[in-house]
Amino acid sequence: MAPQTIPGEMFAITYGCLVVELIKDYENVEDVNAQLDKMGFNIGLRIADDFLSKNINVGKCTDMKQLSEVLAKTALKTYLGVTGQVTSWSAGGDECSIIIDSNPLTEFVEIPDKYNGLKYSQIICGAIRGALEAMHMDVIVVLVDDVPNPTEIRLKFNRIIRENVPAGEDE
Amino acid sequence: MSNNTSLLAFNLLHMEIVKYHSSCVESINKKKKEWTLKNNGELDVSGILKQDDPVISQLFTQGSVETRLELMGFRIGQTICEKVSKDTNRLSSSLEIMKFICKDFWLFIFSKQADNLKTNNQGIFVIFDNKFSLLMNFSHGKQFVSKSGNYLALPSGIIRGALHSLNVKAIVTASTELLPGAKFQIHLQPS
Repeated sequence: MAPQTIPGEMFAITYGCLVVELIKDYENVEDVNAQLDKMGFNIGLRIADDFLSKNINVGKCTDMKQLSEVLAKTALKTYLGVTGQVTSWSAGGDECSIIIDSNPLTEFVEIPDKYNGLKYSQIICGAIRGALEAMHMDVIVVLVDDVPNPTEIRLKFNRIIRENVPAGEDE
Repeated sequence: MSNNTSLLAFNLLHMEIVKYHSSCVESINKKKKEWTLKNNGELDVSGILKQDDPVISQLFTQGSVETRLELMGFRIGQTICEKVSKDTNRLSSSLEIMKFICKDFWLFIFSKQADNLKTNNQGIFVIFDNKFSLLMNFSHGKQFVSKSGNYLALPSGIIRGALHSLNVKAIVTASTELLPGAKFQIHLQPS
């Protein structure tokens, strides 16, 4: 059986080295955050295909509640090794938070005051946004809280992404 | 032992790291050319290093993609080997150290033991892994062998970093002939 998993420590330390490299290369933490998000987005685009191929029973999500439960309970468990809790719903039901109590990425991390604008786990937000875009959903994903607190990711549904129809064609 | 994460997620992260360092080196090389042209193509090395602009000095001392990835891997391997070897009995010979790398370290970090260890008993070891974790998400076979080189730099650094934390200096080079197999050649250096 070919290996399918890797220890959380390996992932965490590799990610930590990446963040350190980005901090060295960029002059401000906003650029680091943007690069982490971009990398996460690219990862998410590919992970969506893998997720759907392995979870045949997950059909189309018809609302945010179902979507957020699949994200927190199944997707995060599969790819990060931890489950999240869905909480803090908005009145309209289009916005919620996912809390990750023991985020493996932040297990060995302290952030100096000098870098207090750094969004350490931004790559998770990018990955979620990329995965959902691969499924034609435009969702705004914001890292609300992180090191040293539990990771909180705020999701807000924006719109369904329609396929482009070539000019002259009728739907 | 904490939770496992997905090997696919790790390999996609590794891919983004390789892409990032490749694009860094690409833009650095572009700036090098611009600076060289601006200065009539004369490469005065001491003049370059004396430049007031630290960016210009840095441009000419940055390494290749492989070097940057290998150095990053070195840090990873050093850190993780300290953890893995914490409860291990003292390793008193090169062979014992290499066996530890092939079994305990490899099992932890690559999720399986290495498949084969060979040595010429003169400080050169070769480790074979026929299903190397970090290459598992390539199409298997020969088609992408030539493109996989940058993906062996990080694990080479990981191995060198692990040996360094066991007080062994080494040069590690990697190659693949048939994906997802990998071969790591390790030259131990005199202490």
